[in-house]
Order: sequence, then structure tokens, then C-alpha cells
Amino acid sequence: MKRVILFSTLFAFTLAACNSKSSNQSNSEHEHAEGHDHSSMPSKSMKNESSAQKSNNTTVILDAYLSIKNALVKDDQGAARKAGAALAASIDNFDISSFKASEQQELKDILEVAKEHREHISNSKIDHQREHFEALSKDIKDLVTIAGADRTLYQQYCPMYDGNKGGMWLSASDEVMNPLFGSKMPKCGSVKETISMK
Amino acid sequence: MIKVLKISIGVFIVALVGIQFFPIQRNESSKPPGTGFIELYKPTPAVKNILANSCLDCHSNQTKYPWYSHVQPVGLLLQYHIEQGKSELNLSEFGDYSDRMKKDKLRSMISQIEDEEMPLPSYLLIHKEAKLTVNNKEVLLEFLTKLKSTF
Ligand code: HEC
Repeated sequence: MKRVILFSTLFAFTLAACNSKSSNQSNSEHEHAEGHDHSSMPSKSMKNESSAQKSNNTTVILDAYLSIKNALVKDDQGAARKAGAALAASIDNFDISSFKASEQQELKDILEVAKEHREHISNSKIDHQREHFEALSKDIKDLVTIAGADRTLYQQYCPMYDGNKGGMWLSASDEVMNPLFGSKMPKCGSVKETISMK
Repeated sequence: MIKVLKISIGVFIVALVGIQFFPIQRNESSKPPGTGFIELYKPTPAVKNILANSCLDCHSNQTKYPWYSHVQPVGLLLQYHIEQGKSELNLSEFGDYSDRMKKDKLRSMISQIEDEEMPLPSYLLIHKEAKLTVNNKEVLLEFLTKLKSTF
């Protein structure tokens, strides 16, 4: 009988311990969610606006870039590889001859670096794909600044990427779906700049 | 059974001897002047030494071959790494990259060093002295980060 009592008290304690642990957890999750709300609120009001030229020059490149992004949001390494191949083709087909001479060199440099990134995206594990996607995002943004785009783009930023160094990417929607963390932290990030086309 | 064993050992030895006659292509071209990372950015002797000890064998046009690189398959493996390494980053021809590319190569060097992906683990097996110490890492990262911010 004594034993039964001992065990049931132990059992009760264990339950209590588990309980308090799980309530702690939900507490911290709650704080987390609140934290995100707070962080996205001020950035919404300080949101930068910029504009680029409305153009179909970059449509195929952006389609490929955004497919890489969507694949990484879903942690889909294979789909990112494939989209990387599409990006290579779209870069090869990009015609710089219609641009001003002063812009052509810059465009060449951008496309050359973008092509290296896509090679890594097509040949690596997902963490390395993400590293190159993050770097590629800056080049795509510079490309859009010069060559325009056919859609509004949202530059988004998650300060926690790469050991809190932060990382950016472009999205066609203002809703944040994080490609740098994927399912690990799908909501990390906020819109830093809206690039609309005129 | 013993016969089979003898034959396979024999085949192995013949193959090992045979492979010695495949000469490796030596990566020792004279460098085009003015385009090397070290000439361009004149790092401190400490940084220069770290790069020389840990990176330049695979990322430049001047590999320092240890004696055992004449023994195959060690030399062949090294040759393969040099080919791949140089296509990613050639510090002897760093000046030929566009500024955008330079900045990205610096980003990539920093990231490889931070994540301890370079020097390649297989290289460290036989080049223990190439492993970056905590201090090496710090010195190298400081230099590269500063340089990257100038682009
Ligand atoms: C044994 C030869 C070897 C040594 C030594 C070596 N590397 Fe590499 N490196 C490679 C090879 C091979 C690749 C390409 C394959 C890969 O990324 O694994 C590479 C790739 C790289 C890349 C491109 C990575 C990417 O994926 O973006 C960088 C940057 C780099 N190395 C920097 C360094 C630095 C800095 C050092 C010295 C601390 C170093 N390497 C030492 C062989 C070497």
C-alpha cells in the first residue's frame, strides 16, 4: 500500500512537472508571437517606397527567382535545384543590347554573379542553396533597379538569419513567408521596401 | 581461396604502381602581375601567412607541392581539388573579377571560414598545419570583413 502511495505521489509530481513545463512552453510561444507583432508594427509604418520602370525584360528571370524562393519556403531542395536551371536559361536569354552603354557593363556583372549563385543553388544542400539565394536576392534587386519588372516587389528582411547577421529576399506578395529558414521559422521577417513599377 | 587472395593483392599492387605513371599537371604557372589578391590588398604578414598556409594551394596559380604529392593517388586528388577550388576562387587572378564579383567572393570566403568548411577536411588530414586556429580565424575574418566593406 505504502508503495502505491509513493508511486502515485511520484506520478502526480511528474504530471505537475510536465504540466508546468508545457505551460511554460506555451507562455514563451506566446511571447514569441507577440514579439513578432511588435517588430512588424513599427517597420510597417516606416516602410520605404521606391519605384522602377514597368517592363517585361525581367519577367522570365523573376519567375525563376520566385520559384526558387517558393521552393525554399517549402524546404524543397529538389524544386529549388530545378528552378535554378530555369534561372540559368533565363539569364542566358536576357538581352542587354537594348540598354544604354553605361548600364550594359553593370548588367553583365550582375548576371555573371547571379549565374554563379544559381550554379550553387542547382548543386548543393539546402543550407548552401539558401546562402546563395540570399546573396542572389541583392543582385536581382539591382537588376530590377536598372531593367525594371512587370510586378510590384516587396523586399523582406529577417534579422535572425545567419547568426543574427540578417538576410533579405524579394517577394511578389507583401505577406512574409521566409525562404531562408523555411518551416523552421516561416514568419520571421517584415517588409522593408515596396518597389512598385511605373 | 589463397590463390584468389594472392591474385587480388597482385592486381592491387600492379594498379598502384601503374597509377604512379600518370603525371599530374602541376599548378605553378607564372602569375600575371598586378592581379593577385596579396599584391592588390597588401594584407599584414600574419594574414598573408594564413592565406599561404591554408588557402593558396587550392585557390591560386602557385601550389606548393609536398613530396607525397608525387605519390598517387594523393597528387591526383590534389589536382582535382585545385581544379575545382580555382574555378570557385582564384586569388592569383582576383583583380580580374568585377567589383560585384569581388564583393561576393569575399562574402563567400567569410562564410566558408565562419562555418569551418574551408580548408577542405580531406586536405587537413595530411596538412595539419593548414587548420585555422581560433586566432587565425579571427585575424583573417577581420581583414576580409573590412575589405568587403570597401566594395
Ligand atoms: C584542398 C584544397 C583547398 C583548400 C586548401 C582550400 N579550399 Fe576552398 N575550395 C576547394 C574546393 C575543391 C572548392 C569547391 C568545392 C566546394 O565548395 O566544396 C572550394 C570552394 C571554396 C569557396 C567557394 C565556396 C562556395 O560554395 O561559395 C571559397 C570561398 C573557398 N573555397 C575559400 C577558401 C579559403 C578562404 C580557404 C583557406 C582558409 C580555402 N578555401 C582552402 C578547395 C580548397
